[in-house]
Amino acid sequence: MNLHTFIFGAYPYIALTVFVLGSWLRFDREQYTWKSDSSQLLSKGNMRLASNLFHVGIIAVFFGHAVGLLTPHHLFLALGVTDMQHQYLAITAGSIFGGMCLVGGAMLWFRRMFNPRISITSRGMDKPILSWLLVTLMLGLSTIPVSIGHAENGNPGVMIALAEWVQSIVYLHPNPALLDSVDGIFRTHLFFGMTVFLLFPFTRLVHVWSVPLGYLGRSYQIVRTKRAVAR
Amino acid sequence: MKVRAQFAFVFNLDKCIGCHTCSVTCKNVWTNRKGVEYAWFNNVESKPGIGYPKQWENQEVWKGGWKLVDGKLELKSGGRASKLLNIFANPEMPQIDDYYEPFTYNYARLQNAPLSEAAPTARPLSQIDGSSMEKITWGPNWEDDLAGEYAKRSKDKNMDNIQKEMYGQFENTFHMYLPRICNHCLNPACVAACPSGSIYKREEDGIVLVDQDKCRGWRMCVSACPYKKVFYNWESGKAEKCIGCYPRVESGMPTVCSESCVGRIRYNGIMLYDADKIDTLASTANEKDLYDAQCKIFLDPNDPAVIAQARKDGISEDWLIAAQKSPIYKMAIDWKIAFPMHPEFRTLPMVWYVPPLSPVQSQIDQGNLPVGPDGAIPLSGTMRLPIQYLANLLCAGNEQPIERALNRLIAMRSYQRSVHVEGVADTRALETAGITEVMAKEMYRYLAIANYEDRFVIPTSHEEERLDDPFGFQGQNGFTFGNDSSRGISKITLFPRRRKDTVEPKELAPSGDR
Repeated sequence: MNLHTFIFGAYPYIALTVFVLGSWLRFDREQYTWKSDSSQLLSKGNMRLASNLFHVGIIAVFFGHAVGLLTPHHLFLALGVTDMQHQYLAITAGSIFGGMCLVGGAMLWFRRMFNPRISITSRGMDKPILSWLLVTLMLGLSTIPVSIGHAENGNPGVMIALAEWVQSIVYLHPNPALLDSVDGIFRTHLFFGMTVFLLFPFTRLVHVWSVPLGYLGRSYQIVRTKRAVAR
Repeated sequence: MKVRAQFAFVFNLDKCIGCHTCSVTCKNVWTNRKGVEYAWFNNVESKPGIGYPKQWENQEVWKGGWKLVDGKLELKSGGRASKLLNIFANPEMPQIDDYYEPFTYNYARLQNAPLSEAAPTARPLSQIDGSSMEKITWGPNWEDDLAGEYAKRSKDKNMDNIQKEMYGQFENTFHMYLPRICNHCLNPACVAACPSGSIYKREEDGIVLVDQDKCRGWRMCVSACPYKKVFYNWESGKAEKCIGCYPRVESGMPTVCSESCVGRIRYNGIMLYDADKIDTLASTANEKDLYDAQCKIFLDPNDPAVIAQARKDGISEDWLIAAQKSPIYKMAIDWKIAFPMHPEFRTLPMVWYVPPLSPVQSQIDQGNLPVGPDGAIPLSGTMRLPIQYLANLLCAGNEQPIERALNRLIAMRSYQRSVHVEGVADTRALETAGITEVMAKEMYRYLAIANYEDRFVIPTSHEEERLDDPFGFQGQNGFTFGNDSSRGISKITLFPRRRKDTVEPKELAPSGDR
């Protein structure tokens, strides 16, 4: 097994296993550490702009990746989305939301590095994970010129290869050979992206799991009892 | 009718001397930890003043509490969807500097400094980042005893509708202390605003707690509480608040702030209320009627119908007896001398206050106030401490109930004076104030004498019904990791559950008679 086969054949499973099991274990055993770890109390300035840009951007980018890469090719065609439309949509949405995320993320990064309160009170993984996310994001953004090149040549091959590789991972038939003809920048981005999942359980990112959508349907008041309730 | 019991408080402001013993004992017991150095579950403010955090009463700034939208209650800062949309950065979140930047002093310097002409000084250090602070410009009690400029202090929200300039003159200055803790509201806005559902009200005693495991640090509770009594622990990333000293209360002891109060101004007791009426009464249209509305939520613990329903709803006999002997009920309902703070926030707070009389009394004694025919009760509007100010603080601006309460307090004093000084019971003042001699004697006993057993009527919780082995739980109740203060919520686990339900004694002491 060479390095290429390992990184694109085995590493995704390692990352996903650590991601799922690590999250579960941490939630189960160390729920007290499970939180967004907001630092807004210590420094509020710019947070409204920076944090919203970053979060909206990264959520949109995540779902963009999920839909674009996981939807089977024939389903796109059946929906009447041609490969070139798909590619231009990905380029446009990626640029907009990736750009938002980059601006917000950079603001947050500078705050975390150079605001003395935030810098000193950062936990061990705070600075590494934010930096890692930003590098991943910048790698992702720098694939855009390459993609535009492909699109202008009317060649959706790389995009389709990437999607098929992701789907090969999901269907448990890993096929690293699909990425042989893909530009290096994509592969680097893939490695960084997979590593985010690997690091995820050990960072504040776990708060993503706890997105409180249930709040929308909840009654306002909560009363708990100490009495044993009939179950 | 759904009867619930509430552990409630009355603070008699007339006797508060502003010594801060309550704050200090509370801090030493609960918040002497990193991340909450700036948090005072109990603090005492000098009024008029903008308080802690700055301007906490001004909901134009903080958007705390509730508002009415088409007659229905809604969080003032917006409903559920707006909470989620603002979750990445809460626009109403205070910054720590709104409380104050916690500081210590470089004491080591006093011993380590090299020999020098001038004595070494201990410079202030930030407790957040450890940096040296040039100058401390704000603290937890910066306005103590009317410190600072009147222009700044008079930004106090309670000064609305009051001719501020007049009270800025030295001769007209007035001053009172306002001790504050979490109000353990019947309609808490912090609970409602918590997206993860980690804050809850306990059914048994109504104490509002944060499940430390379930809190995700979304910080909506901090801004939603109009009293700013939920704090963000910047070290742990969790919300923390006054826990009503529940480990003490469960054992029948008063809260540590109440127990340590040297002025004996604090009363702890049980109130029965109708949980079905919370929504209706909290959405009373006119703010000025909210005090009366809240009085209506309480149930008469001597009413047979209430007692029958309370038993059905699982309230035990000793709690019913405690409710009947409750000092809170006497002051709030029987005598109508205690008031909820800022009822216009619509959270139905359960720390009530007896308005202060001291500055008024001294004016009466000096003969500065024109009095009515009874020779004791000053004509309304002549008292030193503007009634409008107290009304803004305690009655949503409604002066009449405050005036009635002040008159009753004055009448009680006048009556007692006639008994003890002149040896003849003069009841004219009592009649004017609308109270009986029996009532006045009881008020005197509770307010002036304030015996321990009258101030604190606290039934123990019934752990024996919850635990298989209550003796094994001895000494284990308190702030713990996880959530021991209500039934846990997470049932799915990879591992054998920690044994929360049955606590096994490690080693039984040998029995003495063998």
